[in-house]
Amino acid sequence: MGVWIMTGVTFREAARRKILWAALLAGGTFLALFATGMHFQAKDLARTNLPPFIRYQLQSSVLQVGFYAADVLAVLLAILTSVDTLSGEIASGTIHSIATKPISRWQILLGKWLGFASMLVVYVALMFAGVGIVGRVVAGIVTPRIFLGGALVYLECLLVLTMTVMCGTYFSTLTNGVIVVGLHGLAFIGGWIEQIAALTNSPRLVTVGVVSSLLMPSEALWHRASFEMQSSFARTLQFTPFAIASAPSKAMIGYAVAYLGIALAIAIHRFRERDL
Amino acid sequence: MYGKKVAVRNLSLSVRRGEIFGFLGPNGAGKSTSIKMLLGLVKPTEGQALVLGAPSGSVEIRRKIGFLPEDFRFYPWLTASELLKLHGRLCGLSAFCLADRVPALLELVGLTAHRGKRLSEFSKGMLQRIGLAQALIHEPELIFLDEPTSGLDPMGRRAVRDVIRAQRERGATVFLNSHLLSEVEITCDQVVFIKQGEVVGSHDLRTQSRGETRVIVLASKLSDETAAGLTRWCTSVDKQGDRLTISAKSREALPEVHRYLAASGADIYSFTPERPSLEELFLKIMGEDRGL
Repeated sequence: MGVWIMTGVTFREAARRKILWAALLAGGTFLALFATGMHFQAKDLARTNLPPFIRYQLQSSVLQVGFYAADVLAVLLAILTSVDTLSGEIASGTIHSIATKPISRWQILLGKWLGFASMLVVYVALMFAGVGIVGRVVAGIVTPRIFLGGALVYLECLLVLTMTVMCGTYFSTLTNGVIVVGLHGLAFIGGWIEQIAALTNSPRLVTVGVVSSLLMPSEALWHRASFEMQSSFARTLQFTPFAIASAPSKAMIGYAVAYLGIALAIAIHRFRERDL
Repeated sequence: MYGKKVAVRNLSLSVRRGEIFGFLGPNGAGKSTSIKMLLGLVKPTEGQALVLGAPSGSVEIRRKIGFLPEDFRFYPWLTASELLKLHGRLCGLSAFCLADRVPALLELVGLTAHRGKRLSEFSKGMLQRIGLAQALIHEPELIFLDEPTSGLDPMGRRAVRDVIRAQRERGATVFLNSHLLSEVEITCDQVVFIKQGEVVGSHDLRTQSRGETRVIVLASKLSDETAAGLTRWCTSVDKQGDRLTISAKSREALPEVHRYLAASGADIYSFTPERPSLEELFLKIMGEDRGL
């Protein structure tokens, strides 16, 4: 029961503090601009002599840009909404009147985590549906395996959320933000290094990318999502920034799930044991 | 321990059920840390605390405890009513129960007119009041109040005092941490003094009035013989003109002394029992503040 009360209050916090609405407004603005851009691109491409399947692939790669933007917005939302949820409440003393109620600390933490997770599932679903509808209506592109892609991006958001919550049990809000953004930045750089290294046949550089993905597997999940949402033909072309030269394996997805579970367990343990 | 500093050491407290217990000490004495340990917010490196007969911090014990933290803060986007409902639900109260309980508590702390206002619009005093209400939402057996009147005006302090006494009337125990010694003096039954994490003294405010009592009498037509006759009830008598300073053996002797003086033909203008204030006692036990 305590878990659901905390889930409800956390979700309500996101709505009351207008965080969710601001993120949806930003997402809506992006979708409007993206739809306009795709519309004009479709018109411009129609005037060229390019074969239809090349035009289709070009527009598909632009659609990947849309999905990637949705992914970045969702990851930012995951970090910004949860970065001060524990550290901030511990610093201000807000947590004292909650933690002295007959509710276990693991219930507080898990309830908050579920509250943010519920908010993120709404956001990722709306953004992916938005980009998918724009692609379908404006350019006539049907995104393959969009649900799987969306689920992988949601998993990425949960991973970043969990790391933010976990670091919030150890560090102050500012330090927590720096660490989590730094970790995701590491994953971002590592993920792209891996792709570029695979394109240029540099196995040792690929290893560097894989290692960085093991340290923080968030961006690897995006690359897998992008891989899933492209046709097999587009995957082989490898002439767009989102062509996946080295798709993270299914084992990497399993690793990310285990990583998330361990981070959540550490967060719960640390929050139970620490002084407030 | 906080780093290398010992926050609390050899702290042994025993609080009787149904009393208002004052916990006094200078800044940094370890009062808040002690309260946090009793509430399970901080784990002691050694030793144990029993609260209501069970180890502190357990969920079961927390069902019976209310807590008002010092400088109460909560989600500023909640309204006063929503805050109380949230805390009530965390305490396991049903919506049916809260429908009566929340308005009653808002009335008790004088915030009925502000029930729909968000906490971000509340003054410090209003936050203290709503904080007190959340501590009482589940009618706890034991209530910890950390500086409950620090942000309040005189009317607010009186209201809080009345609320605290009402809690004692219903059988609850109140553990009060306050710097306002005058408030403690008129509210508490027993006080304990803590310094550098250790108990350095205690005082029973209910029994002190039954001990030796110093009285200042202003009276004319008071003869030396009459003054000398007071030794039947007094351990010391000092007459300086119309001013008589006596130490009565007990408070119960005072009506006899008054009758004796009136019967002797003295015109009594004032008869004022005095006792050392809690502040005097506090300074005596704690010593001088060498911090400034």
